[in-house]
Amino acid sequence: MAGPRYRAAAAALLIVEPLDMFTAVFHRPSGVTHLLNEPAPQILEALADEPLDRDALLARLAQNFDLGDADGTAVLQARLAELEAAGLVDRV
Amino acid sequence: MRVGPVGFRIGSDWHAPIAALDALYRDYPRPEFADYSVRLEAVSPWRRRVRPSVRVAGDYWLPDASPLPLAQGVLAAEMGMNLQVALGHRRHLLLHAAVVARGDRAILMSGVSGAGKSTLALMLSQRGWRFLGDEFAMIDPDTGLAHPFPRPVSLKNESLSLIPKGYRTGPLLTGTPKGDVRNVAPPAAAIAAMDEPARPALLIFPRFGFPSALSGLAPTETFMRLTQASTNYVAMGEAGFRALTRLRAQVPAVALDYPDGEAGVAAVEALWEAL
Repeated sequence: MAGPRYRAAAAALLIVEPLDMFTAVFHRPSGVTHLLNEPAPQILEALADEPLDRDALLARLAQNFDLGDADGTAVLQARLAELEAAGLVDRV
Repeated sequence: MRVGPVGFRIGSDWHAPIAALDALYRDYPRPEFADYSVRLEAVSPWRRRVRPSVRVAGDYWLPDASPLPLAQGVLAAEMGMNLQVALGHRRHLLLHAAVVARGDRAILMSGVSGAGKSTLALMLSQRGWRFLGDEFAMIDPDTGLAHPFPRPVSLKNESLSLIPKGYRTGPLLTGTPKGDVRNVAPPAAAIAAMDEPARPALLIFPRFGFPSALSGLAPTETFMRLTQASTNYVAMGEAGFRALTRLRAQVPAVALDYPDGEAGVAAVEALWEAL
């Protein structure tokens, strides 16, 4: 079982400014600026259109992206937890 | 008095600091209303006369600011004015930066105290550059333009010898927390033009006292430096983010190390020529 499904905060709530390897994201509800590096901006992008569970998200990201460890699950879980704590991602 | 878009009302328990400010700010207009008030108050009733000691009060204040002797009243007023703007101003994104312009295009020189931005701005003002300020760049969040805030420059210690001839100065203040300090009013032409904004065209992060070196900055580095240079970025919310990211995206940014004022001025002008 893949657990909960995640979705990105609505596009209207975010202002995304790609810089270089970092992306600045302004979160309107909190007024906080986040500086994200890979794979966090890619996670937000993948979760923007439709909610995905962790496995589906991993599969989506793996198409274009090397998550760095054997299955990528640990990295993904850690980044998802950070994005959720920041209010940039929530569970459906 | 009014400085750029900001009107100040200065009150004092003593006459002397007001007289000194009146002289230093002679060329500035007197506005009909003030955005901020600064008051120079005696720390207690008897300290109005006995070893008079000035406490800065105003709309915004710091609880742990140390009082200053009355002889440093001008410094107290200047610090009070800075504090009001740093903590209260919301109409523009504020960046700790000196700003000079040629025509309607501006150079922002951003750095911490001691980076030499005031000295560079003052030296450039003698070479045909319009002085827009040495403390805050005021970026209009709607237009991206830098609005002049041409307060008098406060020169310290070894920089005192750089005061140009013919510039109006305040009293020499010795033994202040920052050493010996003297305020120098910008040229009258800069004050007369203080309602004319300029478009940022170059962003320099200068560092005084290092061997000459010039380096480009990655976008993230520039973004981080600008957020650190701003006193009101967080308070400005979305308008601050938009103003800052636009400035970052549209204006080339470099870090400039320079050993002395002459080398700094030459490097700034060379960068300008190469734009």
